[in-house]
Amino acid sequence: MTRSDRFGGTSDWPYHLREHRGTLLAFAAFIVMFTIYATNHPVGLNANVATTAANKGVLLAIVAMAQTLVVLTSGIDLSVGMVMILANCLASSIVVGTPLMTALGVVGVLLTGCACGAINGLIVIYGRLQPIVTTIATGSVFYGLALALRRVPGGDVNATLADAVTGQLPGGIPASLALLVGLVLVVWLPFRRSVTGRAVYAVGSSEVAAYMSGVPIRRAKFVAYMLSGLLAAVAGLFVTCITYSGEASAANGSTYTLYSIAAVVLGGVSLFGGSGSAIGAIFGALMFRTIGDLLFVFNLDPLWQPLFQGVVLAAAVCLGSVRLLRVRNRLDLYG
Amino acid sequence: MTLFAMQGVSKRYGGVHALQQADLSVEAGRIHAVLGENGAGKSTLIKIMAGVVAPDQGDMLLDGRRVAFASPAAANAAGIVCVFQELSLIPDLTVADNIAISDPPRRFGLIDRKAQRRLAEQALARAGADDIHPLALVKDLSLSRRQMVEIAKALARKPRILILDEATSALTAADVTKIYGVLKRLRSEGLALLYISHRMHEITELADDCTVFRNGRSVASYPAGSKTDNEVVELMIGREYHGVFPPKNTRAASDAAPLLEVRHLGWTDRLQDVSLRLHAGEVIGLGGLDGQGQRELLLALFGVLRGTSGEVLIDGKPVHITGPHDARAPAIGMALIPEDRKTEGLMLQMSVRDNLSFAALGRLSHWGVVDSVAERAAVAAIVKLLAVRTDGTDLPATSLSGGNQQKLVIGKWLMMAPRIILLNDPTRGIDVGTKQEIYQLLRQLAEAGAAILFYSTDYDELIGCCDRVLVMYDGCIQRELAGTEITEHALISSALNMGAEA
Repeated sequence: MTRSDRFGGTSDWPYHLREHRGTLLAFAAFIVMFTIYATNHPVGLNANVATTAANKGVLLAIVAMAQTLVVLTSGIDLSVGMVMILANCLASSIVVGTPLMTALGVVGVLLTGCACGAINGLIVIYGRLQPIVTTIATGSVFYGLALALRRVPGGDVNATLADAVTGQLPGGIPASLALLVGLVLVVWLPFRRSVTGRAVYAVGSSEVAAYMSGVPIRRAKFVAYMLSGLLAAVAGLFVTCITYSGEASAANGSTYTLYSIAAVVLGGVSLFGGSGSAIGAIFGALMFRTIGDLLFVFNLDPLWQPLFQGVVLAAAVCLGSVRLLRVRNRLDLYG
Repeated sequence: MTLFAMQGVSKRYGGVHALQQADLSVEAGRIHAVLGENGAGKSTLIKIMAGVVAPDQGDMLLDGRRVAFASPAAANAAGIVCVFQELSLIPDLTVADNIAISDPPRRFGLIDRKAQRRLAEQALARAGADDIHPLALVKDLSLSRRQMVEIAKALARKPRILILDEATSALTAADVTKIYGVLKRLRSEGLALLYISHRMHEITELADDCTVFRNGRSVASYPAGSKTDNEVVELMIGREYHGVFPPKNTRAASDAAPLLEVRHLGWTDRLQDVSLRLHAGEVIGLGGLDGQGQRELLLALFGVLRGTSGEVLIDGKPVHITGPHDARAPAIGMALIPEDRKTEGLMLQMSVRDNLSFAALGRLSHWGVVDSVAERAAVAAIVKLLAVRTDGTDLPATSLSGGNQQKLVIGKWLMMAPRIILLNDPTRGIDVGTKQEIYQLLRQLAEAGAAILFYSTDYDELIGCCDRVLVMYDGCIQRELAGTEITEHALISSALNMGAEA
């Protein structure tokens, strides 16, 4: 007997749609925006235009994935941008030379990212500090380390690697998109399907219920923060490949941290935790980038970009608050 | 044959004995009901069995062997599973995710969704809830359906002893019927069921054995049906009376128009057709077991709940109160002393003076600027009236003892000279001396012309303080008791919905 027999013809689809509603909305909104962008582009969407757009978008998308992991636990990571900067500065020193040295360098950068995330996780779990305070503090420390590594912008990166990652695959497909898909397949999907991944959602949704159900709360938080650090390091590597150098730029770090939160919100991930997906955040990031580019194709003054991005973000947040109109007990508004 | 036994188990919280030398013996293939009034120790008993808290003394025996549980997971592993009253479901996950949460089926290290789904379908079917789709998100389900998922989740852990703590209180009638069938089937499968309920007819319908708790002690165990309802109530009564209550209002009930009148008030399914009249000078109690809609009634009157039906009249005129700000306006003059003083009553980090003057700042300021001389005078008067023990009104509210904090909450609302005072269990967790002062204060306020509506989980308070008591059951006013009718016996029997003659 199949499920649909028992439910009088109702299939699973409505439930799947409901579960992934945030992600699907983000996807649809991105498609609409990107179509407007592509059809109005003065040159049209050739491979070079696509690659440049993809590289910018993918960078923010990776940082947004990192942010998503922590937001799902109902935390927030204000150090993602700084981990990215630290990884960038480190990579500009060690991801050089022979293929073997380059490979070791990449591993070193990724491990550094994991360590940064692990430190955040340990402080939040065992120090019982609020994630927002913890990550402001550690973010500053990570930036300090980055500055120690690179007082002035400079350094180098293995050009073969950099060109491979930021260039085009046969057929004109941007390689960075392939990298992003790879991250989703190798990091996100297995995580989402693992027991620990489910524990992360459970902890973010209701920590008390998770505890009562015997969910490993500490492990879930630790893994979420550590993977967040790992992804932020991947983003740092990617920056190095784009710029061929390292730069300890506080402005860049802060910008990416804040944009990653915007992308997470646009991507339908709940800032209260427990709901949403890194895939949604990826579309949120791409959408956020496209908003900026839309101004360009419509010949608007780039000065309007922050204002326009802010309006879109505020609108997205308002959509997320519609549920509050249905609250029957006003005390729940403040819960 | 005894499957599980507790012998001489005790548990203290601070100075309070939640459980003293309690005994319990549970047999396989039987439903064992646990009875007792509010605070009799039932929930502590369950928490100990389920591994949530550890006992201070005493033994637990499973299959005749001594056991101790360090965590809920340890109790689960031993086959003891509890369906908690506060739901343990995770709202953003699907029904199937929730049912399998503690040990999901895995393949290659990842969760096997097909296997998980089969498991969830089986568990839902066993719980008589196979109309719930396993992929539905828990947050989209009604309370009753969530409770059914909770039961399915418990069954998926293959328990030998299943504890149901007020498991039916959130269920609709249709789900209750299903659960009866399910529980009887589980009994025939050899499970031991421990059933905590406040509904006598459920116990009559289901239980094989009963144990009555009173003041943290197990006072009697007997086969179901061997005692009359009347005898059961006698067993549940038994706290000694304290002579701490001020004399009651001796005036005859006035024929004057009531200060507050409520007609057919309703809110979702938690309040149904509640009508009451409250006169100046009266102290009216709200009785009944915890969670029968008393809290909601007070919140509804105070304008916190949206979408209420029915009418509220002040001085005979219909009013529409949309929030605490409206409620405290001079024309209405209503104050609510909340149940949780730490979150709803006080801003703990702020000073005693700030806390006291908040609700009355409108009266104490001119053109939006607080008149600090008037504020100090008013605060000093209240501190004196309530005998708040503090080293100074500039200290933070955290520096006060629990009883004195509660006085602050009351004092804060007295600053605006309310005409109608709603109190939500104001004496919970405070010492006897302070309680006595609060009782006297309530009576003074009533004498001065205020109308007081007072919810308490302590029956002695209702008997000692109130001119009339409205006993609530399932969102309705079950019975109204006045004067000498207010006895512990009458309160308990009407709280348990046993009918007026009990």
